[in-house]
Amino acid sequence: MPGNFEHLHGNHACALAAVAAGCRFFAGYPITPSSEIAERMSKELPKVDGTFIQMEDEIGSLAAVIGASLGGIKAMTATSGPGFSLKQENLGYASLAEVPCVIVNVSRGGPSTGMPTRPAQSDIMQSRWGSHGDHPVIVITPDSVAEIYSETIRAFDLSEKLRVPVVLMFDQVIGHLQETVEVSDARKLKTIERKWATGDKDGFQPYAATKDAVPPMARPGDGRRAHTTGLTHTENGFPTQDTEVVARNMNRLLSKLETNKKEIEKYECVETGDAEYLIVTIGISARAARRAVKTLRRKGVKAGLFRPITLWPFPEEAFREAAAGAKAVLVPEMNAGQLVLEIERLSSDACHVAGLNKIDGEPIVPEEIIAKLEEFSR
Amino acid sequence: MSNLAPDISAHEVTPPGDFEIKDYLRLDLMPHFMCPGCGHGIALRALLWAIHELGIEKDNLAIVSGIGCSGRVGAYIDASTFHFTHGRPLAMATGLKLARPDLTVIVISGDGDCLAIGGNHLIHACRRNLDITCLMLNNEVYGMTGGQVSPTTSESMLTTTTTTGNIEPAFDACKLAEAAGAGLVGREVTLQVPTLKNLIRDGISHQGFSFLEVISDCTEIYGRKNNLGESPEMILKQKSYLRPESFGNTGDRPFRPNKLETGVLARNGRPEYGVAYRAHAARAKTRGGGK
Repeated sequence: MPGNFEHLHGNHACALAAVAAGCRFFAGYPITPSSEIAERMSKELPKVDGTFIQMEDEIGSLAAVIGASLGGIKAMTATSGPGFSLKQENLGYASLAEVPCVIVNVSRGGPSTGMPTRPAQSDIMQSRWGSHGDHPVIVITPDSVAEIYSETIRAFDLSEKLRVPVVLMFDQVIGHLQETVEVSDARKLKTIERKWATGDKDGFQPYAATKDAVPPMARPGDGRRAHTTGLTHTENGFPTQDTEVVARNMNRLLSKLETNKKEIEKYECVETGDAEYLIVTIGISARAARRAVKTLRRKGVKAGLFRPITLWPFPEEAFREAAAGAKAVLVPEMNAGQLVLEIERLSSDACHVAGLNKIDGEPIVPEEIIAKLEEFSR
Repeated sequence: MSNLAPDISAHEVTPPGDFEIKDYLRLDLMPHFMCPGCGHGIALRALLWAIHELGIEKDNLAIVSGIGCSGRVGAYIDASTFHFTHGRPLAMATGLKLARPDLTVIVISGDGDCLAIGGNHLIHACRRNLDITCLMLNNEVYGMTGGQVSPTTSESMLTTTTTTGNIEPAFDACKLAEAAGAGLVGREVTLQVPTLKNLIRDGISHQGFSFLEVISDCTEIYGRKNNLGESPEMILKQKSYLRPESFGNTGDRPFRPNKLETGVLARNGRPEYGVAYRAHAARAKTRGGGK
């Protein structure tokens, strides 16, 4: 059966996929280069009885998304660097209170206002560690418009299933690319919705431990009258500073990602089987790397690419396997060196790890990667 | 204290009827954390009384609060309660109410939460006019953090960050809310609980955004620091020489009813945002909309 193919702008693909995934609430604030997501959502949501609102600021946008999600509706916001910084406190709230939500970061050059219309990959560490305190967060980094579409749907599924905020992060180039996408029929698409609390209302414990470490949610109006707070809480949802209870609940919170690792992790391996020279990168840089691998292989250099699609939690075992026979690992990234730190941490001492960094707002091109790897292989 | 005794004969005294506050509280959380003499408990009683009189089901009630002493009040209510980040309860409640128009959404905020860190959300909530009731418990101080100056601290008052007296003028939050377009704006003191209850009832009943300022004393920290006396004395002075800068200098004279403007101060019939949005969306849907 022929699929339904559309030629789409990256940011529009994100909006359409969100609606297909069941997103019925979007709150945002205009910011380059992500604004097209808000614009498209403002058009699409009324068609499916959803709600779009342009909030007064970036902080309020994620606050409203969390409010809608706690009301029982799938919700999303989109932003870029400066707005992503402003959203960090509420992202931490969503992590601790376990509120499903999707936060899109179409990344641009920074720091500060930086280069609004230029791509960068300099939020890699912020996306993982931007909010204060130990907190679970999933970060997904697509590298094409088609993947923006499929990964937006997966972002909602993971967020709903695990009650974890999911950051969908792609650079300005990917966000503004026009590519062909196979669009899902929303009616046939099987999407995941959070587990709702059932059974006894009186003894309901909103943060009780479960086998998958994800407690079911109470829906306001269902008679459970739960309490939700950003304070460290007990299984019953109310604040506590009892060391034993805090440790138990924090450990359960942080265990969610490890417990469900198999489902969360996603990556692409290109010619990694016998690779002596491994490239690890994401987004637009991965597209340059794919070309570089092709060219190098033709020249007889055993190059390969490992691309984390789920960036955080980092697919450690898969990377180690891909890098098992590598003499050197190159990490091209559009920042001053972030992902390379994770790769250094995971690599053996025998393996040479180097970065290829660009911070001028221009994407890394295949020739730059090839030149660097040829230096190694000489 | 006798010279401070107010003439309450002119005030309506409403019997509580069948209202039992215990029906609306999470009694297993008692004793509560509020200091002796704090006005927040009085405001809470008035709120629950209003909810009772309006016949709002606890299951359909959502309470959203921010950070500070006011932020901790909501948890005592036996409803769906959300203790959100500092200054952001109105923004969170905006998402909640739009997603769930079937819920009665009430925000409990404080002067710091609502006017300082959350000031932007307040003016836009007023402008948007979504059907939310915001109760701003104004105790003129950051109590939870130990007594720092707030946007409503009266001039010359002592706090831990204005040890020689506050030099900043205080906000008149009601004028701000009115100018920003709130559907209903009102102020009341905790001295007159039935009157406060009636104001809250008006606010919740109004189809649109209601901003209600409740003058609620912090006796333990602010009162003590400024030698304002015990709780009863502070309550009796609620309409008098406190807050002279914002509300006209009345001099150092005891209880002067009507000096501090109270009651419903502004009301307008602007369309409620949720209704307006849904009507607009329905029209867009019928038209189909282009790509």
